[in-house]
Amino acid sequence: MSDLRELYQEVILDHSRRPRNTGTLSGARRAAGDNPLCGDRLTVYVAVDGDTVRDVRFEGAGCAISTASASLMTEAVRGCSLGDTEAIFDRFHTAITSETDAPLDIDALGKLAVLTGVRQYPMRVKCASLAWHTLRAALHGATAPVTTE
Amino acid sequence: MAFDVEKIRADFPILSREVRGRPLVYLDSAATSQKPRVVIDAIAHYYEHTNANVHRGVHLLSVEATQAFEGARAKVQRHIGASSTKEVVFCRGTTEAINLVSQAFLRPRLATGDEIVVSHLEHHSNIVPWQIVAAQTGAVIRVARIDERGEIDLDYFTSLLGPRTKLVAVSHIANSLGTINPIEEIIALARAHGAHVVVDGAQAVPHQRVDVAKLDVDFYAFSGHKMYGPTGIGVLYGKRELLEAAEPYQGGGDMIRSVSFESTTYNELPYKLEAGTPDIAGAIGLGAAIDYLEALDWPAVQAHEDLLVEVATKRLSDVPGLRLIGTAQRKIGVVSFVMEGVHPHDVGTIVDQEGVAVRTGHHCAQPVMQHFGVPATTRASFGLYNTLGEIDRLIDALDAVRRIFAL
Repeated sequence: MSDLRELYQEVILDHSRRPRNTGTLSGARRAAGDNPLCGDRLTVYVAVDGDTVRDVRFEGAGCAISTASASLMTEAVRGCSLGDTEAIFDRFHTAITSETDAPLDIDALGKLAVLTGVRQYPMRVKCASLAWHTLRAALHGATAPVTTE
Repeated sequence: MAFDVEKIRADFPILSREVRGRPLVYLDSAATSQKPRVVIDAIAHYYEHTNANVHRGVHLLSVEATQAFEGARAKVQRHIGASSTKEVVFCRGTTEAINLVSQAFLRPRLATGDEIVVSHLEHHSNIVPWQIVAAQTGAVIRVARIDERGEIDLDYFTSLLGPRTKLVAVSHIANSLGTINPIEEIIALARAHGAHVVVDGAQAVPHQRVDVAKLDVDFYAFSGHKMYGPTGIGVLYGKRELLEAAEPYQGGGDMIRSVSFESTTYNELPYKLEAGTPDIAGAIGLGAAIDYLEALDWPAVQAHEDLLVEVATKRLSDVPGLRLIGTAQRKIGVVSFVMEGVHPHDVGTIVDQEGVAVRTGHHCAQPVMQHFGVPATTRASFGLYNTLGEIDRLIDALDAVRRIFAL
């Protein structure tokens, strides 16, 4: 059960039960993402001022991991520059897709480190990454919905 | 011949393995069943002793391979009550069998405005092939609705039938919910309107004896791997005159009698519909699975499987916050459910940690999920090797879910 506790930490359960920054942003960039395997769907809205992510919100339904990841993502990138947002995405994505015994830069990941437990569960990596790919699609103005498949 | 589940379990090597430090509890047989030793051995024996291509060589191995392959076809024919081996077409599985009917049989017969009736319970493999052929021909899909228990509304189904109905496609047993559909009545109703009927039997053949002649069904499709046989092999049963009337499905070797650049003539049934080298080992493995199934005491098997569903339904109903999805009066092999406050994927990951394998997701039946207003369910499905003790393990694992999510 030690691995599972690592996956379902209190922070994750808290963010999945009470996700932060949910809802829509009118006039903002947006993108939809879905994980056909489990039926998770979400829409990410991101308001950009110049080079800064002024606000980011999401709505949708998913498992604890995808909901918590979306919630933590909004907290992590709000107020960041576009370049920093991209760097956070890269750091996070590299971490959750790394080998289970690869070292992690916990300090650099900050609060997002709680999600790295998904490394142990290859089928769940998509749950953790869905919101992030969708955010990126919104920032890059992608028109096709993001899908994990 | 009493039913001894421990004796059955000893026939399935994989059931003795551990998962995450616990004895495996395999509750995903509706996705694919485990394989008894005799099936594994038959496949290994074929590759070690017989391997050659079929219907071609004059050498001994080819003769033996052909005999074993055609022997497997004869076993299928007897097992399902087909009148001839010409009515048994080998294919990759249920999905390919249904695609074959839609393209080789139905497509040339469809005109704009013709209707295909499917039920709301169907697996995507019994929906999408019909959507494809409808788009190709201008035909229309009509959907027979289901009620809150997950049963087909027969009155509504009847109201859909008319002079434009060319084909009815329905599952024998619904993969997502386990509902046993009244296919005898559905076949009779369709027949009265002159429509052909395709039955997706993938979930039925592992759980009961099927007699296609008695059913008087036009086409019956199933997969080897859900009936304790290997993946990669499946069967399309079709009435001979209908298969004769079908166009070739794919072109290639084995399906022809003669080929020239001026004209090509096709082989007789069933080879006309079996282009290319078939899954020879798969067919032989399926034959071994059929031998295995036929040696069982079927009333005892069914009583055992009915008990599993009955006990699982009762035990799950007692779990706080759990809602059963699909409560048909006649069910087999499947219990599907959702837990309030926990997504099925989280349920699946946590129970897996306890060594319990269940399926979570939409079960390739998204319209069923939409009907019940859920994105996904957790599905426990049973094979003849499952035990009441394994249901205890499932319930214990769900307790772990409730602990972690503090429910």
